[in-house]
Amino acid sequence: MSFDDPEQELQHFRSRLLVAGGFMLVCFALLVARFGWLQINRFDYYHTRAEDNRIALVPISPNRGLIVDRDGEVLARNYAAYTLEIAPTHFRQADALFDQLASVVEITPRDRRRFSKILDESRNFDSVPIRIRLTDEEVARFVARRFEFEGVEVKARLFRDYPNGSLASHVIGYIGRINERDLERIDARDETANYRGTEHIGKVGLEQSYEDELHGVTGFEEVEVDAGGRAVRQLRRTPPTSGNNLVLTLDRGLQRVAENAFNGRRGALVAIEPATGGVLALVSSPTFNPNLFVDGISTQDWNALNTSPDHPLLNRALASANPPGSTFKPFMALAALTTGKRTPEQAISDPGYFDFGGHRFRDDKVGGHGVVDMYKSIAFSCNTYYYRLAADLGIEQIAGFMDGFGLGSRTGVDLEGESSGVLPSPEWKRTRFRRVEQQKWFAGETISVGIGQGYNAYTPIQLASAVATLAADGVRFRPHLVRYVEDVRTGARRVIEPEPLTRLPLAREHVDFIKRAMEGVNLEGTGRRAFKGAGYRVAGKTGTAQVFSLRGATYREKQIRERLRDHSLYVAFAPVDKPAIALAVLVENGGFGSQAAAPIARQVLDYYLLGIEPDEPALPDEEASDEFEPTPAAGAAQ
Amino acid sequence: MTGRRFDLRRALVGLLEPLDPILLVLLCLLLGYSFTLMASASPARMESQMINSAVAVVVMWVTARLPIQRILALALPVYLIGVLLLVAVAVFGETSKGAQRWLNIGVARIQPSEIMKIAVPLMLAWYFHHREGAVNARDFVAAGILLVIPVGLIVRQPDLGTALLVAAAGFFVLFFAGLSWKLIAPVAVAGIVGIGTIVGFGDRICQPEVDWVVLHGYQKNRVCTLLDPTSDPLGKGFHIIQSTIAIGSGGLAGKGWRDGTQTHLAFIPERHTDFIFAVLGEEFGFVGACLLVFMYIALITRGFVIAMAAPALSSRLLAGAVTMIFFTYAFVNMGMVSGILPVVGVPLPFISYGGTALVTLCLGLGILMSVQRARLTTQKT
Repeated sequence: MSFDDPEQELQHFRSRLLVAGGFMLVCFALLVARFGWLQINRFDYYHTRAEDNRIALVPISPNRGLIVDRDGEVLARNYAAYTLEIAPTHFRQADALFDQLASVVEITPRDRRRFSKILDESRNFDSVPIRIRLTDEEVARFVARRFEFEGVEVKARLFRDYPNGSLASHVIGYIGRINERDLERIDARDETANYRGTEHIGKVGLEQSYEDELHGVTGFEEVEVDAGGRAVRQLRRTPPTSGNNLVLTLDRGLQRVAENAFNGRRGALVAIEPATGGVLALVSSPTFNPNLFVDGISTQDWNALNTSPDHPLLNRALASANPPGSTFKPFMALAALTTGKRTPEQAISDPGYFDFGGHRFRDDKVGGHGVVDMYKSIAFSCNTYYYRLAADLGIEQIAGFMDGFGLGSRTGVDLEGESSGVLPSPEWKRTRFRRVEQQKWFAGETISVGIGQGYNAYTPIQLASAVATLAADGVRFRPHLVRYVEDVRTGARRVIEPEPLTRLPLAREHVDFIKRAMEGVNLEGTGRRAFKGAGYRVAGKTGTAQVFSLRGATYREKQIRERLRDHSLYVAFAPVDKPAIALAVLVENGGFGSQAAAPIARQVLDYYLLGIEPDEPALPDEEASDEFEPTPAAGAAQ
Repeated sequence: MTGRRFDLRRALVGLLEPLDPILLVLLCLLLGYSFTLMASASPARMESQMINSAVAVVVMWVTARLPIQRILALALPVYLIGVLLLVAVAVFGETSKGAQRWLNIGVARIQPSEIMKIAVPLMLAWYFHHREGAVNARDFVAAGILLVIPVGLIVRQPDLGTALLVAAAGFFVLFFAGLSWKLIAPVAVAGIVGIGTIVGFGDRICQPEVDWVVLHGYQKNRVCTLLDPTSDPLGKGFHIIQSTIAIGSGGLAGKGWRDGTQTHLAFIPERHTDFIFAVLGEEFGFVGACLLVFMYIALITRGFVIAMAAPALSSRLLAGAVTMIFFTYAFVNMGMVSGILPVVGVPLPFISYGGTALVTLCLGLGILMSVQRARLTTQKT
């Protein structure tokens, strides 16, 4: 097979080329034969079939499933309305057609813009809406003159509606028109047939993550069409199967109270039922109105949402990872008890700082907290206690313990777009940084990690899940929003079973001690102003996260000062002896945890446990401070 | 004044100089046909298809101007980058429920498997170029490995259609390099037996509980749909039923431009992309279909002539393989639309709407022209 002679090689190549040419001709001959068979031999048959191809298969899109809260209150529903549509093959001059139509129905410039936008993105031969939500009068006017408009049809379509407006928009998400990317996804799942006739698809939130459940199965009818393509007579019908309803664990009333408590301030709140992992409320503030997206959002609305420095489209509860601040301390204390590094009684004398490796780590409180045992360290949030504890535990032990609570990894909640956050460890640093000198873990970094600062970064849902795990004595469930999926026709329910992810090996007395100390936070410590006179036993912990940098949009000068304030955090669960709700609150740039986040938690817990409706949003308590002292005489808060 | 006119003419000649006139004329005819069909099937897309064509022609011109040695020198880096990108797709690619084909590079999403349609034959031609005069059996093994790596990665995405095209492109290089008939024959026989089995026992093996081991569920569906289009009337079967009716009802001379009822009553899905041939068959009939086949035969014949006359082994192999890529595209697409091959996502070359395939094809034309130029320059010297 080796050719040493180029001439021989050339000869051989030419013979191969002839073989290939022959092969090509045979293949093309085969094709031409096939064309001849179809177009000449069987012409009569196919000609008749095309003539008879008055029988069109028209897909009937299924009703999309509803989304309701745990008590059956509707969060997303459908309503029927008439639309005016045209198949793209039926016109050549959009403008002329529109001018002509304008004499029959009202057509706004926005309708024109939307039409040309949808036409550009349109798939194959779907008809394109000209006007949506026609009034009965307009339908009557058009039908009377419809012969003037070839190919234009009135269709009854279902529209998605979110009756509560912006309430829980980050949970529910929204649907939007199917675009090229959605199409590829549909095609890859081999669902193209099932999406014929469907115009919308879940884009964000539960609408997206439960698309398969909500969509249903497309039916079709065989109809006879006239020469213009209009249906004249129905021949056969395979009905569609409606999508399944989603029944959530979410409590609409609680969600509303929680959202109102924020009053538009930037932040997030996640409330979880500790015994199941069911999410009771999930707030990301500010929020947006999902109804804007259903028919294609207008450019102004989109720009307003997209360029707002408050980033209303960002789901902070899932995607915004921040240092937990002092809310980290109960977990640190539990780690100390579990590993045997501390007993509750062991006390330190706090001079107000901790020297380590030539660096002085300061406490918030100038002069220190005096003699501090574990209870006091949590109730009054003493940093020095945890600087020393962090040094004793070491970073590996801290990271190992916190990992059990799910900190620094996605919780697996049934929504997309979750961040994993950062559970700092030497190993994380090695993989995170490229330059060798940045990869080394410094012992000093452990000290800041010990008080919830430094590289620590957790999402609100991670914090809420960790607190719920603590409340459930170490049993961690996968947080989830959907309680069960309901088949509309049969009423059959598919319950999403609570899934215990881990059972942490914690000693009963250790957990009880931490819970008692967290209750102390609200009785006499940093949370006592916010929880004064609460009619239930509540465990909590304030936290303040340092803000290092500004990212994202450009800010005006006045806003910069506001955005350099610390983030306010608060975690809590109640009632202490039999926890029914655990939550985490983040208020961006809210200052101390006790100032902004704790009052929000109070309103939410009051509503959930006692049914108290708040009269006004949770006002920030500017007097409060995480340095609050037990004896009023010593209270020199800044 | 005369001096200026002279300059203008020279500039024009200079512009056309790198282009092979026969291929250029054929390309213009094919694109003209494409626009004619597009004006009927999807007038709204005319403009963007013209932009696609302009981009593709520029790519062709740039490629044609490059000396063939330069193009061959790019083989190794382009091949390696292509393979790396495919690995990147496997690792970081965007999975859209089941298929992982795209790589998001921030500005745009790219489909690295597309690059391989040209990169693989280029690489293999380059390999044989380096072994010129000493090609032995071991080289075919090495070349086979170079071919199997990207094809395997594309099959895993999974994207069987593209994998077949890349595999075919690579195979043609091996074939032209003199791959032994002893190796080709068993594969061909196995293929014929396999197809025979599927056709013969279609009813039994298309039962839902039968698992086809090597193929994915949806690929099985496509083959089964070909055998019995009525089994999936809303999905792929619908495409085949309707495109066959469209072609058959076109008859000898067609129903006339823009008068195809199948097309205009919207019975043909994807009628501007993969199924555009159904529009052609319906509106221009047997005559129009044969005209297109003739254009392809002319294009391929010209490619063979260029390959035959090429001065070096590498450019011969490359030109031959690139020409056969055109053939594969055209045959697979027309076969699929007329219902003798299963539905795989292969566009009709130079006719279907879509920029990516058009650029790839024009890149191929550019390579042919570059090979042709190399011959002309060697003759002059």
